Amino acid sequence: MKVRDVVITGLGATTPLGGTIADTWQAVLHGQSAARVLDEPWAADLPVRIAATAAVNPVTVLDPGTARNLDRGQQLALVAADEAWRDAGRPEAEPERIAVVVSTGIGGIGTLLDQADILRTRGARRVSPFTVPRIMPNGPAASVALALGARAGVHAPVSACASGAEAIALGLDLIRAGRADVVVCGGTEAAVAPLPLAAFAAMRALSTRHDAPAAASRPFDKQRDGFVLGEGAAVVVLESADHAAARRQPAHARLAGAGLSNDAHHVAAPDPTGASAARAITAALRDADLGADDVRHVNAHATSTPAGDVAEALALRTGLGAAADSIAVTATKSCTGHLLGAAGALEAAFTVLAMRDGVVPAIRNLDDPDDDVALDLVRVDARSMSIPAALSNSFGFGGHNVALAFAEAR
Amino acid sequence: MSNDEILTEFARLVQEITGINAAQVTADKSFTNDLDVDSLSMVEVATAAEDRFGIAIPDDALKNLKTVGDAVDFIAKAGVAA
Repeated sequence: MKVRDVVITGLGATTPLGGTIADTWQAVLHGQSAARVLDEPWAADLPVRIAATAAVNPVTVLDPGTARNLDRGQQLALVAADEAWRDAGRPEAEPERIAVVVSTGIGGIGTLLDQADILRTRGARRVSPFTVPRIMPNGPAASVALALGARAGVHAPVSACASGAEAIALGLDLIRAGRADVVVCGGTEAAVAPLPLAAFAAMRALSTRHDAPAAASRPFDKQRDGFVLGEGAAVVVLESADHAAARRQPAHARLAGAGLSNDAHHVAAPDPTGASAARAITAALRDADLGADDVRHVNAHATSTPAGDVAEALALRTGLGAAADSIAVTATKSCTGHLLGAAGALEAAFTVLAMRDGVVPAIRNLDDPDDDVALDLVRVDARSMSIPAALSNSFGFGGHNVALAFAEAR
Repeated sequence: MSNDEILTEFARLVQEITGINAAQVTADKSFTNDLDVDSLSMVEVATAAEDRFGIAIPDDALKNLKTVGDAVDFIAKAGVAA
């Protein structure tokens, strides 16, 4: 049986760099950073006070009745989903043929912390009855399904910082398997709060460059010292190519394939050889029926941690072979910070936009590339080039590796 | 506190919690059928009313508060101090 082609017809995001995907993309192309030192009183005693908070508070955009009973992560997801849905021309499909796959890395931790405070200070009877629907990791997917009236499967695959990419990979499967014609896929995260910051700091995973927050996220640079925690959401609308063609909706690109693997090496540290991440890359290429020579661009996961960036560079070398010499690699977390469960979806959107616009954004703060990274890293200026096919990598604590392969719509 | 005063104050609470304009919160309105207040929001309304009026609304009683008027009567009978 012929495998159904899957295309991307809609993009949406709300991020530290802008309230829309268009604003975010322009900021990335201009190499802007959204990182700042948190001056909020709750952050005063934290060992790390650098973060990239959402540029637009979702409460100011959403209908108040909709926003009221939702966690901030759900609110962000709704904003991104609405933009993506409009960008896709509000696909007319049977509700039973519209699926939703929206993930989060952590879930509604802001609500969890607030309600834990209420439990401790005011007692059990003052805990909000909306606590459970706000903190459950499938809450954002459920909220998006409710908003769009999507009645096919609604899912929230959780794989830490690979969640957003895994959501898109699952969306691809759903369409190929014939379980849906349209899938709203993405990720969301709202974890800029004391506990997550303290916890990531305890792992020594965060940059401590408090004197220069805009220089803190510096993937592949010799002086990198950890990631910058970001928040936001990104959503893409996947659609069977036939369905999009039937309603004459132009596609941004084709989601050609996906590859998934696990390190089974350590619960948080990457396998330093990058061997399993390389398997995800080669699996994505095989699934997409692409050769390494077809790939012109990679949006790397590259969070700016000392171990992770080098392991990914090795994985790209292993997975792409000699072709890696002429593949333009960018690392957009240098601008956005690390949006955890939203990162993979946001970077998938950036990859699609790079193909559409024929331009690869430069890696911000890449002043002195690591000697152990043998890749064509795009630095200083964005690079104009034709991109018929591209990859986006995402990795997550737990050893999760996801590679997505994109190609021009045919 | 008269029933009218309780209604005014109660309507203000409902607006705060659900976003429904207080002017629409009148005695004859059903919470679920007219005001679209779901069971979870109803728990929030009851908790806020307990705090504001210094009363207790047991779960058994809450189940029977179908209209705004029911709630106002309950609060009045529960003995509002101020």
